[in-house]
Amino acid sequence: MRSLAFIVVVITGALLIYATIDMPDLADPHSPASTHVSPRYIEKTVEETATPNMVTSVLADYRGYDTLGETTVIFTAAMACILLLRRRRK
Amino acid sequence: MEFIISKYNYWIYITLMMVGFYAIIGKRNLVKKLVGMNIFQTALILYFISTAAKKGATIPIVAHGNGEVVHAVHAAQYVNPLPHVLMLTAIVVMVSTFGVALALIVMIYRRYKTLEEDEILEPKK
Amino acid sequence: MIAQFEDVIIQTLCRLLIPFMQVFALYVIAHGHHSPGGGFQGGCILGASFILLCIAYDTREAKRRMSEKLNEIFCSLGVIIFGGIGVVCLILGANYLDYSILHKLLGVNIPVARSLGILGIEIGVGFTVMAAMISIFLNLASKGEHEEALILK
Repeated sequence: MRSLAFIVVVITGALLIYATIDMPDLADPHSPASTHVSPRYIEKTVEETATPNMVTSVLADYRGYDTLGETTVIFTAAMACILLLRRRRK
Repeated sequence: MEFIISKYNYWIYITLMMVGFYAIIGKRNLVKKLVGMNIFQTALILYFISTAAKKGATIPIVAHGNGEVVHAVHAAQYVNPLPHVLMLTAIVVMVSTFGVALALIVMIYRRYKTLEEDEILEPKK
Repeated sequence: MIAQFEDVIIQTLCRLLIPFMQVFALYVIAHGHHSPGGGFQGGCILGASFILLCIAYDTREAKRRMSEKLNEIFCSLGVIIFGGIGVVCLILGANYLDYSILHKLLGVNIPVARSLGILGIEIGVGFTVMAAMISIFLNLASKGEHEEALILK
C-alpha cells in the first residue's frame, strides 16, 4: 500500500515537472500574469481610490464582491463548528 | 539545461506539494492525513506568490511620504499585486477547512473511539 | 478540555502583553491603507489575544470577558456591516458595493469616498474574523463543553 502510494506520488511529480517547461521564467516582467489588467491596477490605484496599498484597494474595492464571499466562508466555518460540537450539560 | 536554473521556484514547490500529497494518501492516521493536506495547501499558496515576482521591483505599496505620492507610478517598479490578493482568500479558506475537518475528527473519535482508518472502515461485528 | 496549570510567570506576562496585542491589532486594521495590513490580519491578531488569555488562564476567564452571546453578535455584525454598506450604495442609486456614490452622503470628493468605503468594510471583516477565531478555538479545545468541563488540578 505504501509503495503504491509512493509510485503514484513520483508519477504525479514527474508529470507536473514536465508541465513547467512551458511556464514563464521566474521574475519575468513580461509574463502573462503581469501584463493584462495588473498594470492598470498599479497605475490607477492612488488617483481612483486614494489608497497607496495596492493589495487593499484591489481586495476591497476592485474585487470587493469576492471578499464578501470570503467573509461568508469564515462565518459558515464558525457556525459549522458550533453546530457540530456544542453540547450543553443539562 | 538552463530551464532548471530559470524555473527553480516551480521545482521546489512541486517537491513540497508531493510531500503533502504522499501524506494524504499514504498514511493511516486521520490527523496525519490532515497535516498533509495543510502542507499541500501551503505549498500551493507559495507557488502562486512566486509567480508574482518581477526583476528589481519592490513591495506592492506605492511609495508615499506624509500622505502624498512623490514619484510617478510605473507598473514595472512594483510587484504584481493580483496573486497576493487571491492568496489572501485562499489562506482564509485553508483555515476554515482545517477548523471544520478537526471538528469532524472529534465527532469521529466520539463515535468510533479510534482514529486509524482501517479500524473505522472494517464492518462492525 | 483545558487543564488548569497555574504558573505565576506565564500569567503575569500574558496579563501585561494582551492589551498591547489588542492595540496593535486595531493599529493594523486602521493602517490598512498605508502599510501592509487590513481587516483579515487585524482580526486574526484580535482573536489571538483572546486565545492567549484562554491558554494562560482558563476558559472561564476568556468567557468572562467575551461571553458566547457577545461573540455570536460580533460574528453576525461583521457580515451585516459589509452587506449593509453595499445596500446603502444600492439605495443611493449606484451598483452594489460601488463606493463612489457615497460622496453625496459624506460630502467629500470621489477618491476619498472610496477610501472611506474600504475602511468601513475592513472593520466589518475584522469583527467577523475575530469572532470566528475565538469560537472555533473554544469549541475545539474543550470538545464542546466550554466551562462545564472537568478541570484537572
